[in-house]
Amino acid sequence: MSLLAAVGIEKSFGSVSVLHGVDLTLDAGEVVGLVGDNGAGKSTLMKIVTGMYQADSGLITLEGENLLDLTPGARRARGIEMIYQDLALAKQQDVASNIFLGREPTRRIFGVSLVDRHRMKREAQAMIDRLGAELPVITRSVGSFSGGQQQSVAIARALTFEPKIVIMDEPTAALAVREVQSVLDLIRQLKSQGIGVILISHRLNDVLSVTDRIVVLRQGRATANLVTKETTMADIVSAIVGGGDVAVAAAHEARG
Amino acid sequence: MATPQTQRATGLWAGLQEKFTEQLHVRLESIVVLVGLAVIMSILSPFFLSVSNFMNILLATSTIGILAIAATFVLSSGGLDLSIGSVLGLSGVVGASVAVNLGMPTPIAVFATIGAGALAGLVNGWVITRGFVPAFIVTLGMLGIARGLALVISDGRVIYGLPDWMLFLGQGRPFGIPMPVIILIVVAIIMHIVLAYTRFGRHTLAIGDNENAALTAGINVDLHRLTLYTLSGGLAGLAGLLFATRINSGDPTAGISYELTAITAAIIGGTNLFGGRGSILGTIVGALIMGVLQNGLNLLAVQSYYQQMAIGAVLILAVFIDQFQQRQETKV
Repeated sequence: MSLLAAVGIEKSFGSVSVLHGVDLTLDAGEVVGLVGDNGAGKSTLMKIVTGMYQADSGLITLEGENLLDLTPGARRARGIEMIYQDLALAKQQDVASNIFLGREPTRRIFGVSLVDRHRMKREAQAMIDRLGAELPVITRSVGSFSGGQQQSVAIARALTFEPKIVIMDEPTAALAVREVQSVLDLIRQLKSQGIGVILISHRLNDVLSVTDRIVVLRQGRATANLVTKETTMADIVSAIVGGGDVAVAAAHEARG
Repeated sequence: MATPQTQRATGLWAGLQEKFTEQLHVRLESIVVLVGLAVIMSILSPFFLSVSNFMNILLATSTIGILAIAATFVLSSGGLDLSIGSVLGLSGVVGASVAVNLGMPTPIAVFATIGAGALAGLVNGWVITRGFVPAFIVTLGMLGIARGLALVISDGRVIYGLPDWMLFLGQGRPFGIPMPVIILIVVAIIMHIVLAYTRFGRHTLAIGDNENAALTAGINVDLHRLTLYTLSGGLAGLAGLLFATRINSGDPTAGISYELTAITAAIIGGTNLFGGRGSILGTIVGALIMGVLQNGLNLLAVQSYYQQMAIGAVLILAVFIDQFQQRQETKV
């Protein structure tokens, strides 16, 4: 049984049909790349998995449990985390507030349950240290950090509550070379811990280097399901654009 | 997208600033303005520095203070409630008419006063979250509706003669301290704890900061907003209760343009007009600044028309300074 299974997912926004019966599975410790052109439906599919959107039809299960009726919060509690491309950080709040947003630990004082700031701060610092992220001071507002530092906070938020699945939407698109490598290393580390990772990316070199399998979405359908080891850049590019002579495009992508 | 990194501020003043915002959630500047204003007023007027005048300031601040607490919650969630002044008037009239015209006992009248405010807030929140009408429009509409309804209920006349027990809330002085001041202090402490130290408060700030982040974190944003507008209305109802019992009548014209003063107090106290930042202690300091300003201008016999102008100018000035500082902070 797969850790995560999405079966026959369909979704329309008004008269615009985005997904036409997409299937996707993910095993524990597996890294799956989700690629496709802009508008192919990658982000929509992932938002259906996290519960931000409701599917029109289809089924999503986590370890056999049906997720469709669960709120985004309940799905997070079951171990599905997503790191959004825009990072979804509350920029005027500090690091701990962001990492624990929606899941703040509390303690009771005179019968009133108050947020345990000390514990949040301590555990946030521990998580940042574990990731080896360089943040100046964690009590400062997240908006004062650089892009890479902000991403560290978003990653820390996804990893603090021992997720089973981490979905990353274009995690390397806005990063410097060294930061890209540390994100790819992190993905390998998650894999070794038995966490399932879905990586959405336009950077096909990154996808080829860290994934086990690559699912290609094209016009709302999963048109290819490739085992990365047996796949070339030309295969992926061909599946994304829908056949034809892709040698030039593939060579361009391969150069990075 | 390397955002420029701001340098960690150094020096005594900057260090104090950080301590204040981190520990007390109050901006040091606002306290300096309050003290400075008090010093200026005591130099200009021989009557300013006295215990009885301080009680006057606190008493005058109690109504505005409670409205400003409501404004702080709504503003820091990225919302806006322009109806609080009118809802104050409506609540006072409802309470007075329940007590006087219907002859109901005090607890029921008190409940009706606060309940009327909360109901108006609930309607605001419901239309904003379910009807997708912008808060500015909904609460501006409610500003008109609540005021009109107050005039309809009271037939345009002031309802006099509240029962003694009710009057105690506005005019009682246990230990020599006016009841409205005691109620303001209690409400401020509770609401400060709620905003700064509970999950509800943290989520309020997060929603105002980045609604999308709150949604993806699994927070029920619509329900939260609905609760906030209901809370805002309920607090306006409480302010209406204090106002009506203080003047011993339900006045349908009570609280006109109080939303202006309340929002100004919240913003002077450090609440971000666009959400994400706010503190009740800061707001109380802001409300005291407004109170000292009005009291001082009264003592100096400045016509109330000019006071209205001063309040409006202070609001614009406070937002100007805040925006200026934010631009400075993000500069390379």
